[in-house]
Amino acid sequence: MSTFSQSAATAFDLVVSNDPVLWAIVARSLAVSASACLIACALGLLMGAWLGVARFVARAAVLAVLNALLAIPSVVVGLIVYLLLSRSGPLGFLGWLFSFKAMVLAQCVLVLPVVTALTRQSVEDAERAHGEQLRSLGAGTWLRAVLLAWDERYALLTVLLAAFGRAVSEVGAVMIVGGNIDGFTRVMTTAIALETSKGDLALAMALGLVLLAVVLLLNAAIALLRGWRERSEGAPAAGLLA
Amino acid sequence: MRFGALAALSDLSLRINAGERVALVGSNGSGKSTLLRLLHGLQPPTAGRLRAAAASRQAMLFQRPFMLRASARANVALGLWLAGVSWGLACRQAMQGLARVGLAEVGERSARTLSGGQQQRLALARAWVLAPEVMLLDEPTASLDPHAKREVEALMADFGAGDDGRPMTMIFASHNLGQVKRLASRVLYLERGRLLADLPVQDFFNAQRLQATAPAAHLFVKGELV
Repeated sequence: MSTFSQSAATAFDLVVSNDPVLWAIVARSLAVSASACLIACALGLLMGAWLGVARFVARAAVLAVLNALLAIPSVVVGLIVYLLLSRSGPLGFLGWLFSFKAMVLAQCVLVLPVVTALTRQSVEDAERAHGEQLRSLGAGTWLRAVLLAWDERYALLTVLLAAFGRAVSEVGAVMIVGGNIDGFTRVMTTAIALETSKGDLALAMALGLVLLAVVLLLNAAIALLRGWRERSEGAPAAGLLA
Repeated sequence: MRFGALAALSDLSLRINAGERVALVGSNGSGKSTLLRLLHGLQPPTAGRLRAAAASRQAMLFQRPFMLRASARANVALGLWLAGVSWGLACRQAMQGLARVGLAEVGERSARTLSGGQQQRLALARAWVLAPEVMLLDEPTASLDPHAKREVEALMADFGAGDDGRPMTMIFASHNLGQVKRLASRVLYLERGRLLADLPVQDFFNAQRLQATAPAAHLFVKGELV
C-alpha cells in the first residue's frame, strides 16, 4: 500500500472515530476564524458601506490603500501583529502573544480589508444605481449606506462566507502570533504544517480532509444562497419594457 | 447648469405657479431630467438661483423606481420614516397610500416581485403619502407596457387634478406627446439645454401658433407625430 493510501485510510479512521485531538484542533480553528470574521464583518460592513456612499477628498487614496491590502500576504500580517503584541510593542501590555486572542486579532486584520473592499464595491454599485432615489426621499450618507448594505444583504452574505474561507485556510499569521502550541493555539492549518514536517501524514491528512470539507461546505452554501436568491427574486418585473 | 465643459442647461428663466401641470418635452439630452433634478435639489445649480415657496414639500418619481428588498408596505413606509414619521405610524399610513393606488392587496408581497406598472404605482403611493405640494416625475411611464402606462397615467391625472383634496403642482418629463396633451396645462420645450418654448398646452398643440412662436418645437412635434 502506498504512503498516500495508507495515510488516507488512517486519516479516515481518525475522522470517523471522533479522535479527540483532531476535533479539538478543528473546534479551535473554527472558533478562531468565526470570532475573527464576526469582528471583521462588524467593522468591515460598516466601513465598506460608508466608503461606498461617501465622497471625500482623499477617497481615491483610501481606496487604493484598501485594494492594496487585499493582496497582503498572511505572513506579513502575522509579522505586523507579532510586532504589535510583542512585549516591547505598543500592544505588548495586553499579553496576548501566543494566545487565542492573538490569532483572532491576526485573522481579523487579514480579513478586514476583504470584507471592507467587497462591501464597498457592492454598495457603491447600488449607490450608483439607486442612491439618487434614496437621496430624493431624504436619506443622508449614513442612512443610504445602511439601507443599501441591507438591500445588498445576500451579496454581502457571500462576502462573509468568502472572508471565513480566507480566515480558516490561512496558516502564516496564526503560526507567527499563535506559536502553534499543542492544546492551546494549534489550529488546523498550523497542525497540518507541523504534522507533515514530522512525518505524521495521517493526522495531517485527516485535518486536511476536514479543512477541505469546511471549504467545500462554504462554497456549497454560497451556491445555495445564490440559487435561492435568484429564485426568490425571479425574472425581471412583468410589464416593464426592456 | 454645467457638467464639466458641457452646459446641460443655460439661459433658463422660468416661474412655475402652484397648481400647474407642467410637461417638459424635448429630445434625449435636452436637459429635461437635469431640470427636474435641479428643481428637486438633487443637483445644485452651478450658476443662477433657484427659489421655492417656503416649506414646499416635494416628491420625485423616476423612470425605474427603486424598491428595497422588502414588502410593498415597507417600501411606502420607508419614505415616511425618512421624513421623520415613526415606523409604526408610517406602516399604517403606507396602507392608505397602497389603497389609494389600488395595491392594498399586495401590501405584504415583496416589492421586487411586482410588475413594472405595479412598482411605478407603488412609487406613486410612496410619493402620495408624503402629501407633496410639488410632484416631479421623470418619464414615469417610459419603460412600461401600454396597460401599465394607462394605470399610471390615470393616477397622475387624479393627483394633478387634486382629486384627494390635495392641490398639487405637477412637473413631468415625457416623450409621449399624447400623454402631454392629456395631462399638462403648460408645456416647456427644451433643446440642448435651452428653453425654446413655454406655452399653454392648447397653444403647444396648435401647429400654426407653434410654428409662429417656436419653429424648433414645431419641428420636434411634427417629427414625433409622423
